Amino acid sequence: MALEATADRLASAAELGLSERLRVRIKTRRQRRQKIIFLLFRLAAVINGAALLSVLLFLLAKGWRAISWTFLTQPPYEAMTKGGILPCIVGTVALGLGAILVALPIGVISAVYLHEYAREGRAVRLIRLGINNLAGVPSVVFGLFGLAFFVVWLRLGVSILSGALTLAALSLPVIIASAEEAFRSVPDTYREASYGLGATKAQTVFRVVLPTALPGILTGAILGLSRAAGETAPIMFTAAVFFRPDLPHSLLDPVMALPYHIFVLATAGTNIELTRPLQYGTALVLIVLVLGLNLVAILYRSRLRRQR
Amino acid sequence: MLRRQQYREKGLEVGFLLVALASIATLAGIMVFLFSEGLPVFKSVSVRGFLLGRLWYPTSTPPDFGILPMIVASLLVMIGSSVIAVPLGVMTAIFLAEIASSRVREVVKPMVELLAALPSVVIGFLGMIVVAPFLQETLGIPTGLNLLNASLMLALMSVPTIASISEDAIFSVPASLKEASLALGATHWETIGRVIVPSSISGISTAVILGMSRAIGETMVVLMVAGGAALIPASIFSPVRPMTASIAAEMEETPFGGAHYHALFATGIVLFLITLVFNLVADYVSHRFRQAGEASL
Repeated sequence: MALEATADRLASAAELGLSERLRVRIKTRRQRRQKIIFLLFRLAAVINGAALLSVLLFLLAKGWRAISWTFLTQPPYEAMTKGGILPCIVGTVALGLGAILVALPIGVISAVYLHEYAREGRAVRLIRLGINNLAGVPSVVFGLFGLAFFVVWLRLGVSILSGALTLAALSLPVIIASAEEAFRSVPDTYREASYGLGATKAQTVFRVVLPTALPGILTGAILGLSRAAGETAPIMFTAAVFFRPDLPHSLLDPVMALPYHIFVLATAGTNIELTRPLQYGTALVLIVLVLGLNLVAILYRSRLRRQR
Repeated sequence: MLRRQQYREKGLEVGFLLVALASIATLAGIMVFLFSEGLPVFKSVSVRGFLLGRLWYPTSTPPDFGILPMIVASLLVMIGSSVIAVPLGVMTAIFLAEIASSRVREVVKPMVELLAALPSVVIGFLGMIVVAPFLQETLGIPTGLNLLNASLMLALMSVPTIASISEDAIFSVPASLKEASLALGATHWETIGRVIVPSSISGISTAVILGMSRAIGETMVVLMVAGGAALIPASIFSPVRPMTASIAAEMEETPFGGAHYHALFATGIVLFLITLVFNLVADYVSHRFRQAGEASL
């Protein structure tokens, strides 16, 4: 390391005294090295894109044949080797929306407190530490928590409610982070103008800051929804069941769900090879749902940023 | 009149604070329930025997609850995925923040974000039906569901995490530092290597730690592609059973409240503590080692 630095210093000192031609040659060598290294970096980025596109194209190529009106509107039958995935779609939508309905108000109010009210200090540091660590809890641990707390202790059973609450806990950090970002992007002049007109803090928050930040908050809600919809481990013990052809009647019913259905068909189905097309189809529907939501959020956000 | 309004304002603030505590309360709740459901297993096995035992036969009589093979498997898939994901993620971040034109950036960045959004069950599914047969055939090994496959699939999942957090850090290096380096005659690459990366190293380290933490906590991918053998692996082609996979695979078939049930929660405690340490270290690094210049994470 030190050697390298010394060598470099010598090199640049020597460079100063070199003839013009030699200096040009050294310079081009440095630039050639840069070119090669940048090519590697470009390659790294290309690998990301290639991974995403190959996943998408593969599932499209394999899955589109399975998609039909029957597939989207019928329950599975004949030991899940035929039929559709309607109960899974309904289950996933119910779980995702339920999670967002719980997590969004809590997340937004947390962000209001952190960004608009709290002064940086030990309490805020502690709350942030809590949020960061919650974001890092493995999804299967959320599942264990949901099982022990919602399913068993609160006696909610394996149900939409238990699953939605578990997913709400999981998506809370995502929502808080994006709501805070939305509040950060509201210019302070707005707040000052509001105070200048004699508004109180609460009035400023509710009438000025929240409405201005609303689009950003919605983006976060969509991202949270997509995250919740794609998760499997947290709902395995709390909400999802192997097979249940009729649609849920209440929040206390267990449901089928898209991610869990893929897992079940691919690993424990009655006939794994025979149901392959159904697996591809289900994966395609899940991907379209999750990535579609993400794409909406990403495009919306980039439009918001450009407006500013 | 004014008095009442002040009370209301104060009341609201306190109410907001209480709601903001929900995250900590949830984290505390997770700990309380993990420990209350997990600790009872230590009536039937010692802490040492649990953490260092090599035999996992939870349903035989008497049962064996040794999770060392699972801990080793979790650490190995994490290391294996980091070997691939860290260079790839950091390079992608540098490309996005420094090299790409704004047009390319606008295409590549959403792609990285979408990659991060791919549901883990789909990655696991593809690992099972595409990557596993491929590995099995090209390498001539007994099973494609193994440590290598799990590492590859996990790398795919942690690259976007590492890339997007590192990119934020690199992007926030003050332009003045970069300009100073360029003005001294350094090439763009020399500036990246000697100025930009060193001054955003705390953010990049945070990104790497969080990426590793994500890899060790990932469940569906390892459940589907790691092979599931609760043995200490002999090579990267051996099937393994990381902690997350063990919990997810067995919890559904376990009678509620038995020793096996408690053992799985205790495995959850170990997993939770490992990721907690990772997250606390990440938090410490990002606060302790401030970014160069005015910017900070």
